[in-house]
Amino acid sequence: MNMIQALNSALDIKMAEDPTVLSFGEDAGYFGGVFRVTDKLQQKHGLTRSFDAPISETGIVGAAIGMAAYGLRPVVEIQFADYIYPAYDQIVSEAAKMRYRSGGQFTSPLTIRSPYGGGIFGGQTHSQSPESLFTHIAGLKVVIPSNPYDAKGLLTSAIEDDDPVVFFEPKRLYNGPFDGWHEKPVSPWKAQDLAQVPTGKYVEPIGKARVMKDGGDVTILAYGTMVWVALAGAEHAGVDAEVIDLRTLVPLDIETIEASVKKTGRCVIVHEAPRTSGFGGELSALVQERCFYHLEAPIARVTGWDTPYPHAFEWEYFPGPQRVADALKSVMSGGR
Amino acid sequence: MTIKNTQPLSLRVPEPSGRPGDAPDFSHLQLDPAGVVERPEVSSAPYDMRDHAFRLVRVLDDEGRAVGPWNPKLDPDTLRRGLKAMILTRAFDDRMHRAHRQGKTSFYMKCTGEEAIAVAQGMLLSREDMGFPTYRQQGLLIARGYPLATMMNQIYSNAEDPIKGRQLPIMYSAKDFGFFTISGNLGTQYPQAVGWAMASAYRGDDKIAITWIGDGSTAESDFHSALTFASVYRAPVILNIVNNQWAISSFQGIAGGLETTFASKAIGYGLPALRVDGNDFLAVWAATAWAEERARTNQGATVIELFTYRGAPHSTSDDPSRYRPGDEHEKWPLGDPLERLRQHLTVIGEWSDDQHAEALKDAVEEVRAAAKESEAIGTLGQSRPSVKTMFEEVYATEDWRLVEQRREVGV
Repeated sequence: MNMIQALNSALDIKMAEDPTVLSFGEDAGYFGGVFRVTDKLQQKHGLTRSFDAPISETGIVGAAIGMAAYGLRPVVEIQFADYIYPAYDQIVSEAAKMRYRSGGQFTSPLTIRSPYGGGIFGGQTHSQSPESLFTHIAGLKVVIPSNPYDAKGLLTSAIEDDDPVVFFEPKRLYNGPFDGWHEKPVSPWKAQDLAQVPTGKYVEPIGKARVMKDGGDVTILAYGTMVWVALAGAEHAGVDAEVIDLRTLVPLDIETIEASVKKTGRCVIVHEAPRTSGFGGELSALVQERCFYHLEAPIARVTGWDTPYPHAFEWEYFPGPQRVADALKSVMSGGR
Repeated sequence: MTIKNTQPLSLRVPEPSGRPGDAPDFSHLQLDPAGVVERPEVSSAPYDMRDHAFRLVRVLDDEGRAVGPWNPKLDPDTLRRGLKAMILTRAFDDRMHRAHRQGKTSFYMKCTGEEAIAVAQGMLLSREDMGFPTYRQQGLLIARGYPLATMMNQIYSNAEDPIKGRQLPIMYSAKDFGFFTISGNLGTQYPQAVGWAMASAYRGDDKIAITWIGDGSTAESDFHSALTFASVYRAPVILNIVNNQWAISSFQGIAGGLETTFASKAIGYGLPALRVDGNDFLAVWAATAWAEERARTNQGATVIELFTYRGAPHSTSDDPSRYRPGDEHEKWPLGDPLERLRQHLTVIGEWSDDQHAEALKDAVEEVRAAAKESEAIGTLGQSRPSVKTMFEEVYATEDWRLVEQRREVGV
């Protein structure tokens, strides 16, 4: 399966087994979503189970919060993560705080799915990575899969989770892995082990990282599309890197991170989002706090720039394998 | 030099009819007399009842008689219960306002002048229905017999605060009483109420939702999103707009109230709208019953503008003498909701001055007893829940960060 099919399969299975699960969003009903993640769910499960919503992110998330408080498990689609900002207040001030502020009387078990990230020539409004705006908020979980197998297992877990989950889907990976070498042909998912997705139900735990590649020299922390860029960057640099796919930013699998950095003594963090106050800053602080005496070089960050996402300069902005390789070489030689 | 043939533009900023020092002026209000607005069939098409968005549904006339087609013909017992709940709400507000002045809490908000709204609607709807209130619907809890001492425990953030010292004093949560957790971010609960109602409809249940928003917050995008969703999905929800004339110091014209009525905003969404005298217990009851029947018979949402006046300051942190005529509330042409219901009950021979005096005394006594109970547990700073609870219920299960941070605090 590709990632779209895997996500669709998770939704299909959950909707079939649990009548409290429903799915809606802009174009998400009849048409199945602009990326087709909700394709045929309406035909299979009925008009009231999977339907189109007005172009109103506030309304979509606000209504989903009310539904979740009623006892449903709504899964809403925000068409692009760049459009999540109008819903920000509902997510941050309402869904995230519901259990806490009501002393446990009301909960908000909703899943907010949203395609995110760049590498598709989407310009400023179809390319952003706003995850750190959500990892900063108490009460939210933030999940970002990087392959079809995890996408299905993690989305299933997100739907079953009793907390609100912001589920970012790296849209550059929907149809195939992308290693950042944009001038080279893209391979399909079917060549990858992680595309061997069971048709039945399974779950991948939220809060557990996946070690994508064992290595002894340096730890690379990445998520989403950057997992594949990190792998390509390590190969390009010829460095024996341990590549960790975080999969969940909140809750974070600190044990896996700590064990790896203590083993390798070096750490490179890769994300697409701009550097300042990005999630890499948090990762860097955590690694420094917990692994300082094991570090043999300063922690390096490879990130998007602190500019709006540009259209014509996409490949200068996008953190590609060359920049990862440069960072790895720098870290291996003791830093700048 | 070139001379332009266009006039310079000028920016208009609306101003209220009176400011501090001015005499109150309500001459601009168009208030229908009691009993004249017709009562449409509950199944009416919104298009056929557009006038109702500009009229004013009133039942009680100046002599305290219930007149016209909207008279809900309530039995005296219900009327007396309503009056007593309003009296109790006001007594509670007065006591808690004083408690703030005495330093027993950080904050309080009264609903003086608006008691009829939450009390009537709280009595009429079931606890199985869900109310998505603002911070001025404490009358809903009081009318339904929620323990006053428990409300005070939250106001004092003491060890028995049902929501463990996490919220501002008046932001109650009471699921079993059909009272959703209140947000301080205004307007956010409007789409949530619609979603809750959609969920009931989706499940084929028979519960409906009711929500309130202030005139000021109708300018929030949440309001417009909610009306779109309510209309599109025909959600069984009652959407109240409490037009109490003031959003802190901004008069209702700043939210668009001079351009049209708040009720009329429903018209563009294809929703039926009623504009109602919010100080008339019977009118509030009748309009809500109309909307309830519409919602329960799967005919969708109704917007109700409740026309009232916020008599008290916005909160204990506000001083209305700085922005409006000092005696404006006393001159409000639609009177005081308690006095009007009292007058009605008296006119129909079901209430006396002695009974009223006794009811006032009973209410003060009930509030005093609750305060004694609550203050024995403690007021703000004297008592509070365990600090450990600060780290609980952020997530369904605690994550390592919270465990570590709790240890850092040493609890």
